[in-house]
Amino acid sequence: MAVVPGQAIAQEEQELLSLLGREETTEYAAASFKTNRVINLHSLESTTAGVLDVKISHRFGYLNGGIYDLFGLDESSVRLGADYGVSDRLTIGVGRSSYEKTYDGFIKYKLLRQSTGLKNMPVTMAILGTAAITTLKWADPNRDNLFSSRVAYTTQLIIGRKFSNGFSLQFSPSWVHRNLVATSAEKNDVIALGFAGRFKLNKRLSFNAEYIYVPPDQLAEQYTNSLSIGFDIETGGHVFQLHFTNSTSMIEKGFITETLGEWGKGEIHFGFNISRVFTVVKPKS
Amino acid sequence: MMEHRIIRQGMWRCFLTTLFFTAGVVGLFGQKYYSKVGQVVFTSDASLEKIEGKNTNGLVVLDAATGRLECSVLIKGFQFEKALMQDHFNENYMESHKFPKGVFKGTITNMQDIHLKKDGTYTAVVKGDLTLHGITKPFSPTGKVIVKGGMITATSSFEILVADFKIEIPKVVRDNIAEKVKVTIQADLLVMEQ
Repeated sequence: MAVVPGQAIAQEEQELLSLLGREETTEYAAASFKTNRVINLHSLESTTAGVLDVKISHRFGYLNGGIYDLFGLDESSVRLGADYGVSDRLTIGVGRSSYEKTYDGFIKYKLLRQSTGLKNMPVTMAILGTAAITTLKWADPNRDNLFSSRVAYTTQLIIGRKFSNGFSLQFSPSWVHRNLVATSAEKNDVIALGFAGRFKLNKRLSFNAEYIYVPPDQLAEQYTNSLSIGFDIETGGHVFQLHFTNSTSMIEKGFITETLGEWGKGEIHFGFNISRVFTVVKPKS
Repeated sequence: MMEHRIIRQGMWRCFLTTLFFTAGVVGLFGQKYYSKVGQVVFTSDASLEKIEGKNTNGLVVLDAATGRLECSVLIKGFQFEKALMQDHFNENYMESHKFPKGVFKGTITNMQDIHLKKDGTYTAVVKGDLTLHGITKPFSPTGKVIVKGGMITATSSFEILVADFKIEIPKVVRDNIAEKVKVTIQADLLVMEQ
């Protein structure tokens, strides 16, 4: 509160507010992405504490199905899910996909938050752990089938930055562990690197893209790298994500290690995620 | 010897007089008051939705000598019932990345009627400029200054037409966001140490 004598002299013209001194606060980057998914990948955003985010996601069939399949609209793969913000850093979620009748769950924790001011932090970093259980009938019921064969895990680090109000970028180094793989040519542990970005076109519309690079010699030959592009459209409490992707699955183990579509051949799904948030626990004022 | 002493006494007296006079002027007229925890609440009461934002870190400085008054509030500091409201408020409406603060600068024109050392409720006539969303408009709200047992509380309540500050409300949310937003301000003023 003390005023430097030199300042006091010029008091008449001086801004009164400057007498309060410069208040040092920490300003955290907000809304780097419109929701906690880029397209398939988790974005660096978490669900706000006390908020339930219900997600309905669809992937239609391949566009190259032509008019006969109405460009894929005749087929659809669905995931129903719900995420909940336990705290502003901790998000949990569950989901069920029609693809391989899979149940999944995740825990995501924000380790670092991008900020300026008192605390300076150039990036946001989150860690994500997911588990997926497929519940398809056993291909051969007479075999000695183990429940553990149905389970796959993904651990992912999400490191990203909101470079400007309109532009955010993130990297997602990922490790997928599958308890059982189809052939000995495939690795149980797969390492991959995801890249994702968003570019805001206007206040309520953004362009998103993501690509997941899987270094060679880990997956069987037919599998490809996942590439998706899309748009986020935000209305009041909804975010509509419309996109094109070569991945059928909407969970990590699926779109990282089981993507079959090839963009060059038109093996592209049109799809959408709808996110609707509900405030379950109101913040204390 | 005698003369010398008189001169010294005179100097001393002169010094004391100056000191007391300065102190008196500062104490009576030059005192400044401030708050760093001023409360600003705005309410948008539209037909479909009521939205309330609250900020408890408003800055206020009042120069009692001249009646000059300056207030400032960080747009990002407004808290809402729903996190999404806060996101939209900052991103879509106030564009707080471009215009981080709301600022008022003006004067209490009837400062002579307000006795900050005497209990009572005084009406303050305020005249100045309000800057919001990068737009500065002349702004003359009325406020109240309540003095009670040495505590000074300043309050004001007014309405803002969002269109005046070029804050666009898309047609689809017309029923969710009011065109006129009610704002109330309350701050307990403390004496600023000189």
